[in-house]
Amino acid sequence: MALQQETRKKLVTLALVGPAGLWLFVFLVLPFIAMVVFAFGKRAPEGGYQPAFTFEQFANLGSRAAAFVNTLMLAPVGALACLLIAYPVAYYLAVKASPRHRLLLVSLVVVPFWTSLLVRTYAWMYLLGARGIPHLLELLGIENVRLINTPGAVLLGIVYGYLPLMIMPIYVSLEKLDRRLLEASADLGAKPVSTFFGITVPLSLPGVMTGLALVTILLLGEYLIPQLLGGGKVFFIGNALVDLFLQSRNWPFGSAIAVTLVVVVVIVLMIAMRIAWRFAGTRQVDLV
Amino acid sequence: MRALVTFVYVFLYTPIVLIVLFAFNSGRSASEFTGFSTQWFGKALSNAFLMDALENSLIVGLTSAALATVFGTMAALGLERVSPRTRAVFDALFAAAIVVPGVVIGIATLVALVEVFGIANSVIASVWPGAQPPRLQLGFGSIIAAHGLFTMALVTMIVKARIASLGRDIVEASSDLYATPMTTFWQIVFPQILPSVLAGFLLAFTFSFDDFIIAFFVAGSKTTLPIYVFASIRRGVTPEINAIAAMVLVASLILILSARFLMRDRTATQ
Repeated sequence: MALQQETRKKLVTLALVGPAGLWLFVFLVLPFIAMVVFAFGKRAPEGGYQPAFTFEQFANLGSRAAAFVNTLMLAPVGALACLLIAYPVAYYLAVKASPRHRLLLVSLVVVPFWTSLLVRTYAWMYLLGARGIPHLLELLGIENVRLINTPGAVLLGIVYGYLPLMIMPIYVSLEKLDRRLLEASADLGAKPVSTFFGITVPLSLPGVMTGLALVTILLLGEYLIPQLLGGGKVFFIGNALVDLFLQSRNWPFGSAIAVTLVVVVVIVLMIAMRIAWRFAGTRQVDLV
Repeated sequence: MRALVTFVYVFLYTPIVLIVLFAFNSGRSASEFTGFSTQWFGKALSNAFLMDALENSLIVGLTSAALATVFGTMAALGLERVSPRTRAVFDALFAAAIVVPGVVIGIATLVALVEVFGIANSVIASVWPGAQPPRLQLGFGSIIAAHGLFTMALVTMIVKARIASLGRDIVEASSDLYATPMTTFWQIVFPQILPSVLAGFLLAFTFSFDDFIIAFFVAGSKTTLPIYVFASIRRGVTPEINAIAAMVLVASLILILSARFLMRDRTATQ
């Protein structure tokens, strides 16, 4: 009887986690293995894949160096730019804003993140394009301003797209900050500035690291923003991948780049977790 | 600081408000408002390609969100009962599903499915009695599979957080009062996790409905709404795209606000 119950319990557990486990295995683990296999293969003459075991594709990564350089420069720069703007906003929301308005203000930050990035990026394409801001400047007598299809436009799009994702984790870590620590610091005669840099900033570091990691990782795989606002001049790894898979159809080489991208993502994640763990416990972040 | 915060909110909302505003422009200009008109909405709504893409997006979004919600919720419940090692494996895979860039998910799915379909199709062709054997190809199935991966991880994360915040005592009280595990689940646990399950569904749908990059790789000959919008943008910026964008924005807005409303009690207690 007891044994039967035990078996029954196990079967129920299996039925509960089975479908998700199967889905993860078939559509995440297996495709990933296939991609790695492709990366060590050769390009078939007509495009596509020919079985082989060669490091040729990885050796060839240098030919797409520009995409890697652009991505590895603009992703961290974009994340840092987000941080510079996000921190004061998160601080205001968590510490200064009146509790009555806080929920609304936080919602107003989260909502754009869940609306289509394509549409939000399109909005800037529209504003920076010839009929948008440059046209307005022309009316003011400033002519021949070129905004779209520049690295600056891409950076602007990045900050616009990912600012909410940076604000949220910092807000969460600041909101949970024990106010008594700040009072104690003030009582002990610390100036507001030294309280801020001695207590508030260190205690919000897990949030800062989470935000930096999330934004950097998403940017490493970004395609739309450089495509729409960089106009093919500012090329990211994502753009190289679309080109290799959907236009020039060099799948083994594309797979090698994708595998390298995953390795970079894992490295960034490990660095971020190392730093976050050093400062207090990590926290679950609500993205909703 | 107030000024900076105000500026950030203006920065976040100006572009969105402007596209919606210019969707109602009677002229084609992006900087001069020449008069109020709903003609672009009419044009968009009578565009057969657009409506087809919208229908595809709804099919993919509803199916993948439904599957992700059911399986994700089941997984969140089941992971309470497995060994720590199994749980660690699942947590790692779910984390991977969230962290791996969409572009890589798209590529991996594309590469694997094309290989598998290639083999399967030649097998089918060799055993099929008729002249025209059915062919497996990319389409709804592959988009649903790839979207479901991310959204299932998302639902599991949300429901798990809700389960973790539930009081154990109420479940124990229920079984002390001789309720069967099934009764306890449907009468005690389920009503409490239901809001987060629904929120998970809405977010899963929103993600799928808005996703461009994954679908771009695995959609095959199907066109989803974001793919259609992307293709139109490349042909040039028009007020019709503004009208579509405005409608997409309003739809996402309703979805995300509903999700937040469903999860409000959790936010309030935190």
